[in-house]
Amino acid sequence: MTTKRLKESPSQTAGPYVHIGCTPNFAGITGVYASDPGATMLTDSTEGERITVTGTVYDGEDAPLTDALIEIWQADAAGHFSTTNTGFTGWGRCPADQDTGAWRFETIRPGATGGGAAHITFWIVARGINVGLHTRMYFPDEPKLPSDPWLSLVEDTRRDTLITKQVADGHFQFNIHLQGPNETVFFDA
Amino acid sequence: MPRWRPRVADPLYPRDRNWNPAAHFPEYKSSILRSPQKPLVKAPPSPSEDHGPVFGHDMLGPLDNDLIRNFAAPGEMAIGPRMIVHGRVWDENARPVPGALIEVWQANAGGRYRHAKEGYLAPLDPNFSGCGRMITDDDGTYRFTTVQPGPYPWPNGPNSWRPAHIHFSVFGHSFAQRLITQMYFEGDPLIPLCPIVRAISDSAAIAQLTARLDMDATAPMDALAYRFDIILRGRGSTPFGNRMEGN
Repeated sequence: MTTKRLKESPSQTAGPYVHIGCTPNFAGITGVYASDPGATMLTDSTEGERITVTGTVYDGEDAPLTDALIEIWQADAAGHFSTTNTGFTGWGRCPADQDTGAWRFETIRPGATGGGAAHITFWIVARGINVGLHTRMYFPDEPKLPSDPWLSLVEDTRRDTLITKQVADGHFQFNIHLQGPNETVFFDA
Repeated sequence: MPRWRPRVADPLYPRDRNWNPAAHFPEYKSSILRSPQKPLVKAPPSPSEDHGPVFGHDMLGPLDNDLIRNFAAPGEMAIGPRMIVHGRVWDENARPVPGALIEVWQANAGGRYRHAKEGYLAPLDPNFSGCGRMITDDDGTYRFTTVQPGPYPWPNGPNSWRPAHIHFSVFGHSFAQRLITQMYFEGDPLIPLCPIVRAISDSAAIAQLTARLDMDATAPMDALAYRFDIILRGRGSTPFGNRMEGN
């Protein structure tokens, strides 16, 4: 089959008012959507170890982004990706707190997938981010970390930026730095 | 009827970073401290990016794609030039993308957003929220009704103005197809002046974000129509560096 290749629509920033379209209830626009998409990832029937993931996105002056929107996407506890609306969607969306920049996901610990170490995919958009930023959060105690095909592409000195910190039982903190000495590794995939 | 889905065997074509806006574009001040300074790490395809969340039509309410009425008091409507926006979502192989969730948001006809951090003096329209959403049909088509958003000034340079635009968030079938972009209107003289637009260096890429007046799709004595097609990444056997096996 021969078809003319089209070009992907170029990205533009989500801007400061992304909440209106993506999390309207958070933005105080109630009565249009019953709930904000991605606000809840778990149901009573979700299997797996419950975890909380929190963090903040910081700019080049270490100021928190208070207008960012974070999306995560992950496998279920068995390492499979949801293709139907079963007990676990695998997808979450959380706006940063408009005062502190903190965000939070209640999810499950994913199983390993794709021959690599278990991870959660992050996608970050905000005012000033012209193309959404794609990164991954890995867990510190995973045996497959040294052989993970993505981590092995990252310089040793930067690998730590992709590894979450366990701050309490079942609570992981993953701060993201857009610039600076601790700049998080972002992927082109 | 089962929906046609592309096979996941082939990798997505790489995202063309020269066609996309520059991450660091000082004319757009907010990008200065928010753009990564180190190069992106090019990574091979993996199941995490090949799969993506699935959204069902059951999430949609009857007025989700009607911004003129979805926030209006009973019997009332949003104020402004009435407009239909429609088009199709395709992949780069010119195949329609069915089941794609599209979320839109925009300013009202006076250029004012319904948002706590919005400071423009233009008034809110009590009957306009500025949000809408829809899921593409089996042939990739979508459609919503709204009012034409106004242009507005914003704190960037001493006198920066945004061209009239509608924000689009799109999910394809793979999370790596995820896209947020903006739709502009054919003939708007503010387009080439806008720093956010100008972060895109290729005029053909800017043209691709410019909706065209579509008289054939208008509703006579009711609403003008604009056509806006969206292209998501497609799949093909483009090798990943020299590491891919079987390509």
